[in-house]
Amino acid sequence: MTKQPDLHERLRQARAREGLESGPNGQKGLPTGPWGIGLRAGVEVVSALAVGIGIGWMLDRWLGTWPWLFLVFFVLGSVAGVLNVYRLFNPRRRSRVT
Amino acid sequence: MAKEGKTIDALSQFELSPFLGDVGQAIGFSQSNAFMLLALGLITLFVMVSAARGAMIPGRLQALGEASYEFIQGMVTEQVGDEGKKYFPFVFSIFMFVLFGNLLGMLPYAFTFTSHIAVTLTLAVIVFVTVTVIALMRHGMHFFSYFFPEGAPVWLAPIIIPVEVISYFSRVVSLSVRLFANMVAGHVMLKVFATFVVLLGGLGAVGPFVAVLPLGVNIALVGFEFLVAFLQAYVFAILTSIYLHDAVHLH
Repeated sequence: MTKQPDLHERLRQARAREGLESGPNGQKGLPTGPWGIGLRAGVEVVSALAVGIGIGWMLDRWLGTWPWLFLVFFVLGSVAGVLNVYRLFNPRRRSRVT
Repeated sequence: MAKEGKTIDALSQFELSPFLGDVGQAIGFSQSNAFMLLALGLITLFVMVSAARGAMIPGRLQALGEASYEFIQGMVTEQVGDEGKKYFPFVFSIFMFVLFGNLLGMLPYAFTFTSHIAVTLTLAVIVFVTVTVIALMRHGMHFFSYFFPEGAPVWLAPIIIPVEVISYFSRVVSLSVRLFANMVAGHVMLKVFATFVVLLGGLGAVGPFVAVLPLGVNIALVGFEFLVAFLQAYVFAILTSIYLHDAVHLH
């Protein structure tokens, strides 16, 4: 060992080796090609929209309020889809302690 | 089927038919179920045979078994952390089942059970319920704080909570649709180009020469489909471990 790395860096490596510290960002290891990202984003948007529409439609059938809850949950589903895509690129913080 | 001639029928390969004729008919047992059982048997055989000898210097089969074990174990510990080790059997089973389903589908005359939304949705629901139960067991009522990020203004709660709930439930859909769509798309492409080979090959003298083109495409597609088979099993497993991470650490 010719040059001593920074103490904090060595400490971090040691902690990571012992499993005391999780990696800095989530969702690593997933395919990252342009097609992979694109398809993943598309699937995330469509599935959130589908869940939103499904919940809204079923609530409307149950409460007999067609089409108002459907419209509300359509919008909420779209927002959730955008949120999913946002999470795809900016995962939540892995741990509170950084 | 391609050899029936003039039409492109790419979807009949996904139809269910009773296994062993009347026997399957009587108990509602399709070829899809048969291939699931076959996959289960092959996985059991593979794991048991590859682990049977336990030699210091592994043979080919043992090396393959150890490689797949270490692959998933590395994935789980990397994604979930050390607590993830106890969920290794779950992720490993899911991964092997999806992988063998995809790979069995690549054999001629075989049925791809992962190309049915009913199967992939069931797998996704199993993952979803398991992850939610783990989160509830580890964190109790604190789990529900997942749906409302701390620090957000309280008056936004009526918007944030439904959106987070929908986003949470959309995991089931995205997990199942991704696998299902990939398998269906790949097998439809294979069948379409295989039909082109037959249709073009019947066009008189030049036919066989033209038919070489879709044949070449099909050969490339087969290789690509093997990649997709591994990749989708990998993606299914790694998303399972990412969800497990969320359940264990809850941010």
